Amino acid sequence: MGINTDKNSYTVIFAIIMVVIVGSVLAFLASSLNDRIKENERFEKQQNILYAMGINENTEDSGVNFIPTDVVEGEFSKYIKEQYVFVDGEVQKDDQAFLIDMKKQLAAFKSGGEARLPIFIGEKDGKKSYILPMYGKGLWDAIWGFISVDDNMIVQGVYFDHKAETPGLGANIKMRFFMDDFIGESLLEGKSYAGVSVAKGNNDPLNNDKEDNEVDALAGATITGNGVSAMIKETLKVYKPYLETIRTN
Amino acid sequence: MALLSKKDANLILDPLADNNPITIQVLGICSALAITAELKASLVMAISVIFVLGVGNVVISLMRNVIPSKIRIIVQLIVVATLVIIVDQVLKAFAYELSKTLSVFVGLIITNCIIMGRFEAFALGNGPWKSFLDGIGNALGYGVILIIVGFFRELLGSGTLFGIPVLGDPIAKTGLYATGYENNGFMIIPPAALIVVGIIIWVQRSRNKALIEEA
Repeated sequence: MGINTDKNSYTVIFAIIMVVIVGSVLAFLASSLNDRIKENERFEKQQNILYAMGINENTEDSGVNFIPTDVVEGEFSKYIKEQYVFVDGEVQKDDQAFLIDMKKQLAAFKSGGEARLPIFIGEKDGKKSYILPMYGKGLWDAIWGFISVDDNMIVQGVYFDHKAETPGLGANIKMRFFMDDFIGESLLEGKSYAGVSVAKGNNDPLNNDKEDNEVDALAGATITGNGVSAMIKETLKVYKPYLETIRTN
Repeated sequence: MALLSKKDANLILDPLADNNPITIQVLGICSALAITAELKASLVMAISVIFVLGVGNVVISLMRNVIPSKIRIIVQLIVVATLVIIVDQVLKAFAYELSKTLSVFVGLIITNCIIMGRFEAFALGNGPWKSFLDGIGNALGYGVILIIVGFFRELLGSGTLFGIPVLGDPIAKTGLYATGYENNGFMIIPPAALIVVGIIIWVQRSRNKALIEEA
């Protein structure tokens, strides 16, 4: 080869060229695919919200089956009657509330700034459910989801997702057997918003006891489970003033 | 094999047994411990690594004469990371469901030492075709171990394979569980993978004494 690849000047030039090429390829890819990715993410959010309120294509023994993406937009506007944001103790209508990034709002809430917290009101067979977004952290990275409650603060359904929990362990929070355990649990313990904790060794593996504010933990995923418990508590904390207004018991 | 010369075929076959990246070179142990709690995750990881290592080895091999040796590790890292990000973005746009399943593996693939190891040890010194075969071979060797470990960990730890119960229902006490058998919770946690890998190494070395290093 004619070029001396050990020279400093060559190394620097190579590095610059490489960075420019890789950078432009990735930037081009990101901007050209952006619209499709955004659309997919929007559909996913709608699917997740509907899943939490029990609108899905699950059968008796199936895994998690969402409403298909090609019809999700229609179903979403059919079942989600109203979308609100909860700002400084006031409820405002916002038809695009499902696009709000919960991470930013929670950060704003914690720093005492103005937080726009989304609330979705769904109606299925004449029964209203209130769906709240959640955001927290698991073992490796973020976890998030939606929780749907009725006006007695009984959980109607949940959906959890995660960015990078360990496959086979913490990643199982998005499995149906785990999420189904939350259905029917009460968020209240007496008058306080105790939430639902992911508990080890609560002697209730079949989750028959719906009054204990606990569901059975996942083996080998203690920290992710604790993250889920903390996330639910945090959500209840920020939404408590709103939940007080809808609570009937 | 008519398709490949004997030398080329060995590039694929060697890493499957006598030069296995996990059991002989002891590379890629971190991901072998982390994601083998169930068979499905093992399989997905194996397929992803086959793809990334096959393509990555070819790219590095094509660049081998122009990469400055001082920054070769960084260049290798950029190549893997770029490949993985491209695949991730394309999947996000066109196969969103699949990308959700794979997203947790992205970080594990980039930091997999088998990938860097093969770039450094093979692709930098060999042509693209040989590098491609070497990449596929090593990734297969890695995948085979992952799947064996995943099989035993899921079977003994959860009593399922690919999420389907094969030993009966542990809560209703049917099938094998009726006889008093219990799932071994230890198999779910990462140290169990070390033991399974250790047993594989033991079996392999007792069958082929040439693999045992002189003390």
